Amino acid sequence: MALLKYESQVRPPLVNGTKDYHQVTEDIVRPIEARPGKLWWIGFLTAVGLLCFGMYSVYREVTYGIGQWNLNKTIGWGWDITNFVWWVGIGHAGTLISAILLLFRQGWRTGVNRAAEAMTIFAVMCAGQFPIWHMGRVWMAFFVLPYPNTRGPLWTNFNSPLLWDVFAISTYFTVSLLFWYCGLLPDLASVRDRAKLKWRKFFYGLTSFGWTGSTKHWQRHEALSLVLAGLSTPLVLSVHTIVSFDFATSVIPGWHTTIFPPYFVAGAIFSGFAMVQSLLIITRKVLHLEDYITLEHIEVMNKVIVLTGSIVGVAYLTELFIAWYGQNKFENWAFMQNRVNLFSPLGWSYYLMMGCNVLSPQIFWFRKMRRNLTVTFFMSVIVNIGMWFERFVIIVTSIYRDYIPSSWSTYYTPSVWEIGFYLGTFGLFFTCYFLFSKFFPVIALAEIKHILKKSGENFKEKMGDAEAEPVEEFAHEMAHAH
Amino acid sequence: MAIKKFVVGAFTDEAVLFPAVKKVRQAGYKIHDVYTPMAIHGLDKAMGLRETSLHTAGFIYGITGTTTALSGIGWIFTSDWPLNFGGKPHFSLPAWIPITFELTVLFAAVGMVLTFCYLCQMAPFVKKHHFSLRATDDHFVMVIECTPRTNVAEAQAFLGSIGAVDINVQDAETGWWLGRYDKDTKPFEMNKTAIV
Repeated sequence: MALLKYESQVRPPLVNGTKDYHQVTEDIVRPIEARPGKLWWIGFLTAVGLLCFGMYSVYREVTYGIGQWNLNKTIGWGWDITNFVWWVGIGHAGTLISAILLLFRQGWRTGVNRAAEAMTIFAVMCAGQFPIWHMGRVWMAFFVLPYPNTRGPLWTNFNSPLLWDVFAISTYFTVSLLFWYCGLLPDLASVRDRAKLKWRKFFYGLTSFGWTGSTKHWQRHEALSLVLAGLSTPLVLSVHTIVSFDFATSVIPGWHTTIFPPYFVAGAIFSGFAMVQSLLIITRKVLHLEDYITLEHIEVMNKVIVLTGSIVGVAYLTELFIAWYGQNKFENWAFMQNRVNLFSPLGWSYYLMMGCNVLSPQIFWFRKMRRNLTVTFFMSVIVNIGMWFERFVIIVTSIYRDYIPSSWSTYYTPSVWEIGFYLGTFGLFFTCYFLFSKFFPVIALAEIKHILKKSGENFKEKMGDAEAEPVEEFAHEMAHAH
Repeated sequence: MAIKKFVVGAFTDEAVLFPAVKKVRQAGYKIHDVYTPMAIHGLDKAMGLRETSLHTAGFIYGITGTTTALSGIGWIFTSDWPLNFGGKPHFSLPAWIPITFELTVLFAAVGMVLTFCYLCQMAPFVKKHHFSLRATDDHFVMVIECTPRTNVAEAQAFLGSIGAVDINVQDAETGWWLGRYDKDTKPFEMNKTAIV
């Protein structure tokens, strides 16, 4: 038998059960062809409800001004920018899975990449809302774009990290969207070619761009995916680096740190993987995709969570050490009084952050915990709460008690419209995710088929014979497989 | 565009497909294309297709982005609107690196995707001939283009002998929107007498 590609039996299968190519198509397209269930409607309508509340909150903010939020003289960035950084961070896991793991040739990405990329796009959409509506006079939002104008010409400040952010986030959104959609094209064509209903033929005919599966097209598609992955890899690192520059290039004690870029990127991947876990544990259950998103996938992602969580932990401690070692009075105050002091007004948030992000993920050192779905789901929520508090700690505790005690504003609590805006982005995110999971293949069909014969359970069994052969003969056959 | 005649056969296993491609080429048939549900590494080489130049296009788009950013910001900050930022130089290259990088990536990605869609002739509302609907499901569909010299029955029998299933003959219009404007619309029906 000509083996196309060899993968050792030691590695667990990535697709469970006895599958052939047709079965894979059936399993993944079936939820799209079925009518949405009760659970889907409940989830979708709840999400739309939240979205409406969010839209009303934004309407209040636009009509009456930023005063609708409880931001004040020293806390100019409260929940709003906390939420922005939180959502951007969540987006990072999708690109890590789709791009970086593609470059590293990690086969397991194929089970989770589609949903994770979709999550990235929706998360970046949510993130973008915050700085845009924070502008106050949002009808002037286009002023952030550099274009020849009659105001001077008055250009944007290309030396400002806030403008870098505009470029970084919009590029990130565009490139992620293109990457995701290019991957979707062959799968949408699979749905199109099975469609019986007229609207479905029309809709998937439209969205699949007339994909045929030609070998030449596949060759270009592979080249495109690889180059886009190569571009997205530094891009994803740059995006959160630039977000961290929003803080790091300032001179605010607590923000002015060179450790921010790697620390933010690790944190972003950490929270992103947690969100992927939350979504996929539910998705695989509801859509019956346990054979494709296996416990192996969950376990591997938990390993990433414990790794990145620990990197974040090291960063927290480094920051703390340097605050003491650096002997800068103001830096020292920002850390020792505003954060570490449990009895300071917001000291509790620092310990919440430490507990959720550094201590709790350590249970993933145990294999049994990594493979436990309940624990994983619970932890994924905990991690995201922790990562939200990380941003809250960085933003609010650094600015609520600054150089002049008379302007200390220890009373910051968000207004209902500030919270409503945040809930609204959950509405936006889940509305998009529910629509995606209903109308689009949530697993990369073509990519699963691509790895099926080397990583599928029923094909891997046959590898035993191959491995039993004498080593030299086996190596020879592998080297000349095609 | 020309309507051509094709002999279509499907394979269900890559292990059969690869030797079949070789045999078909050795027998002198012209493989129009092989339609597959997923990327099959090495199939393009087996079919004798050349490597795609999409990477090169991507590189060119990328450096276009770099140049656009650097020249744009450079012109704006040194000549069109030279602002004084705390006495720092107008030409402050390090501060421009983030935007330059982002534009490089943006241009490369958008340019490559558009080029990909153009080369593969893909866009919404494009209607193409699909030789087999199972090509996006579980069949590797080999399509042999008939020339005036091709004996269709023989080609069908040959496909069967090398392991193809669902063998059939189709007349189809393939090609580009912009068209290579072939003069004859049905070349396989022309010049019949000349061959005999």
